[in-house]
Amino acid sequence: MPIETLIWLIPVPPLLSFFLIWLFANRNKALSHTIAIVLMAISWIISLYVFLTAITTEHFGAEVFGHSVPWLPTGDGALNMGVMVDPLTAGMLFFVPLTCLLIFIYSVGYHNFGGRLDPHDVHSTGSPAHNGVEPMYSRFFAFLSLFAFGMLLLVVADNLLMMFVGWEIMGLCSYLLIGFWHGRNYDDPKKITPRQAAVKAFMTTRVGDVFMMLGIVYLYFHTGTLSFREILYNEDVLHHLAETPSYIVGLSVAAMVGLLLFAGTVGKSAQFPLHVWLPDAMEGPTPVSAMIHAATMVSAGVYAMVRMFPLMSAGWHHGEALTPPMMAMGFIGAFTALFASTIAVAQRDVKKVLAYSTISQLGYMIAALGIGAYIAAAFHLITHAFFKALLFLGSGSVIHGVEHGVHHTHEHIDPQDMFNMGALRKKMPITFWTFLIGGFALSGFPFVTAGFWSKDEILADAFVANQLVFWVLVISAFLTAFYTMRQIALTFLGEPRTHSAEHAQETAWTMTTPLVILSFFAIFAGFVGVPEHFPALGELFHNLNVNRFHEFIGGTLIEHPEAVEFNVFPLLASIVVGVGGLTLGWLVYGWKPLKAGQPDPLAKPLGPIYTLLENKYYFDELYDFIFVRPARWISEVLVYQVMDKNIIDGFLHGVARVAVAIGIFFKGAEKVIINDPPDRLADFTQWLGRSFRVIQTGRIQSYLLIVMLVAVAFGGVYYLMLSGLVK
Amino acid sequence: MVPLNWYLTLAAALFCIGLYGVLSRRNAVAILMGVELMMNAVIINLVAFWRYLQPTNINGQVFAVIVFAVAAAEASVGLALIISIYRRRNSVIADEMNLMKW
Amino acid sequence: MSISQILFLIVGAVTLISAVLVVTMRNLVHAALCLIATLFSIAVLFVLLDAGFMAAVQVVLYIGAIAILIIFAVMLTRRVMADGSEQTNSQWPLGLAIAAAALASVAALLNAPVWPALPSVDTSLSISALGKALASPDGYVVPFQIASVLLTVALVGAIAVAGEKK
Repeated sequence: MPIETLIWLIPVPPLLSFFLIWLFANRNKALSHTIAIVLMAISWIISLYVFLTAITTEHFGAEVFGHSVPWLPTGDGALNMGVMVDPLTAGMLFFVPLTCLLIFIYSVGYHNFGGRLDPHDVHSTGSPAHNGVEPMYSRFFAFLSLFAFGMLLLVVADNLLMMFVGWEIMGLCSYLLIGFWHGRNYDDPKKITPRQAAVKAFMTTRVGDVFMMLGIVYLYFHTGTLSFREILYNEDVLHHLAETPSYIVGLSVAAMVGLLLFAGTVGKSAQFPLHVWLPDAMEGPTPVSAMIHAATMVSAGVYAMVRMFPLMSAGWHHGEALTPPMMAMGFIGAFTALFASTIAVAQRDVKKVLAYSTISQLGYMIAALGIGAYIAAAFHLITHAFFKALLFLGSGSVIHGVEHGVHHTHEHIDPQDMFNMGALRKKMPITFWTFLIGGFALSGFPFVTAGFWSKDEILADAFVANQLVFWVLVISAFLTAFYTMRQIALTFLGEPRTHSAEHAQETAWTMTTPLVILSFFAIFAGFVGVPEHFPALGELFHNLNVNRFHEFIGGTLIEHPEAVEFNVFPLLASIVVGVGGLTLGWLVYGWKPLKAGQPDPLAKPLGPIYTLLENKYYFDELYDFIFVRPARWISEVLVYQVMDKNIIDGFLHGVARVAVAIGIFFKGAEKVIINDPPDRLADFTQWLGRSFRVIQTGRIQSYLLIVMLVAVAFGGVYYLMLSGLVK
Repeated sequence: MVPLNWYLTLAAALFCIGLYGVLSRRNAVAILMGVELMMNAVIINLVAFWRYLQPTNINGQVFAVIVFAVAAAEASVGLALIISIYRRRNSVIADEMNLMKW
Repeated sequence: MSISQILFLIVGAVTLISAVLVVTMRNLVHAALCLIATLFSIAVLFVLLDAGFMAAVQVVLYIGAIAILIIFAVMLTRRVMADGSEQTNSQWPLGLAIAAAALASVAALLNAPVWPALPSVDTSLSISALGKALASPDGYVVPFQIASVLLTVALVGAIAVAGEKK
């Protein structure tokens, strides 16, 4: 089969699985997950084949695989739908279907497949299962499949429109999946419910999406095409866009479009100031968190930026002043990286820590793009996907284990709170070791983890490009290492702080196998990107022909980016903050383990700052105050009370009174002038109907007779016309 | 050589015979036989036009094949309906099928 | 008058006579047998038209399937209509008139234009051409597939409609 056809086929199996489960398999749990996993595996195998073909093709990048068909004819030309695989897409195809597949497998265990269905759960629809298998099991797999379809569609798309379609499908799926336990309610009214979290995620990303759509429309207006090949790999178009001024003074069209598209990514990848939805998205089941945070949605935002990088940087060359979109990306990214990592330091919920760490790491990638470190950003995107999926699935496994303990001991504690855990190392060894690997990769533990190489590359680029960005990223790398160690220490080390933690249990093989596979990649995925000039190791890996990432992804751009000169300072900084953060974290949390009920040792020295961090800088409250409350006030008080009740209702009541008076007057006149003639008409119609009722025999044959009568009459007339008798 | 309008006339005659059957038979199965005759008349026309006007272009026969498929579908559904009605009402007379009449 | 014309007249006469018998016979089993005769002579007409494949399909599909189906239907429903009872409805004279008028008008229309003569083309390859046209993406594979699905759906529907309800 030609490779183009195969690319078309990549997104199809998950979509098929969505429909199959939805239409046929929704009563059978085993069938549902079999369909989902088998079809996802097919998609993965095709992707892997395409990936392998791509990396063995000479000069791939200048030549790409692509195929498109006209989809929507417009006045001149047509909007095309098409697929394309270039080096960047190939990189995405390596990790997206793989992580999706592992998450699918993990979900089987996560939802207690094989457990009995608790009769109590069937009646409380939309809440997490108390014990035993999830009642909405099939629905979960259907949604996950649709989610994977959206992501794969976005990845193989060769134009912005199709990409946006995938983008929006994911928006819908994130809504459906975050709100998966829509029936769940908490005793604490301040705690956000899955329902609210779903709406929040949907609305917040929508703000970005609207800007993104404006950007797409604006781009189409200026170029007449949305195809990546025609815009991004065409120097003339890029040059034209960079030179044309837009309506906003001082910005070129390229800059304007770039900023608008970046706004879409700010929403999707949860960058400041639209980051608020992502931590609350933790209300969804943990596989969903892993799906959103690693394999699909937030990666999609960064992917879109990496993809649009030639447009973002139109008119920019290495060493010159940055373009406005790049500046925006650099500063927002760096700020988000620092900002989110400080919040993560003070979170208690095991998943919330990871959520903020995701925001922070995405900030890294965006900042890297902003300073022109295209390859480093793509590299970090891929390594991050592996270790973050690993961490999320690991935290899900931890929660699952502790929940088991909660059922066992009937304690009333939050199974997600790290302060209720401790000493899980012995109870859940596989989860512990894989989580440790993931955590070390996240903190950039030198030389052996994937996170180190990608983070080091970003720092090396930043050191050359912009000192401010560099230092901000260094500080946030330090914080990252610190809170990662804090999390590991609180969760796995020390003594159990609750009875539930004591009775925690290792999870099923369906959950631990994906962890092991992902930890393999969390270690080894980094070696493909070891810089060539790196002392000793660079040489070694070059001889092994492993570190081809730079050269391969670089082929995506027209102008192959040069690798930065090796500099020992950013390397040292990277090692020092990585190891230093971990050590400090261990000193604070690991050396003297916390006892049950003991507060966070950071709370005292940091004082009010800790409270500020714990409450996420009060951003939720701020947004609630600035946007949500005024909107509610406008709708409830201004519109409903003032406008509706007084102005509109008053006016309507007045109209009604006048109308009644007029009505009484006309009632008399109406009888004579208006009522009688229609009555006569009605009588006439009735008579007509009665007369024609005869031909409505209700017998098909007599109807057909009449039809033929008319047909023959027409034939006769036509014959007369043909023979010239009737003109 | 047989002129084309011989075939067309034959088909027209067959069509009209079928039409008479459809219009005047009481038995629903017999009506269906009339419909089959009409359908065959159409197919004769298609094939004859193909042979005389466009013998190098296969489209006429393709069309006829599709009409065959439709005729088969029509016959099966029609007969199934008749059997079903016969089961319920013990009648195959078209005039007596008047449940939906006013 | 050439041989092919004579042949056509004979076959045409058989077709029309048996068709008339189909619509007039009192005994429906006999009518169905006449239908088979009509269908068979139409198959012969297809042969005269160099459409061998159509002739085969006519025999296999019409005679082999549809006519048999009709005979089964006749036999299954025979009890209620004794052969002696009235087989035509009250509007039959009108129906006859309409059919005759339709035939007259169509025949009149047919004789007005000048029809092209039979082109002498080698049609021996038409079966393979037909096969290609039905199976190639540039040809009619989609309509053909749709017709197949239609047929399948119709058969499933027929079973659902006629099947014994529990």
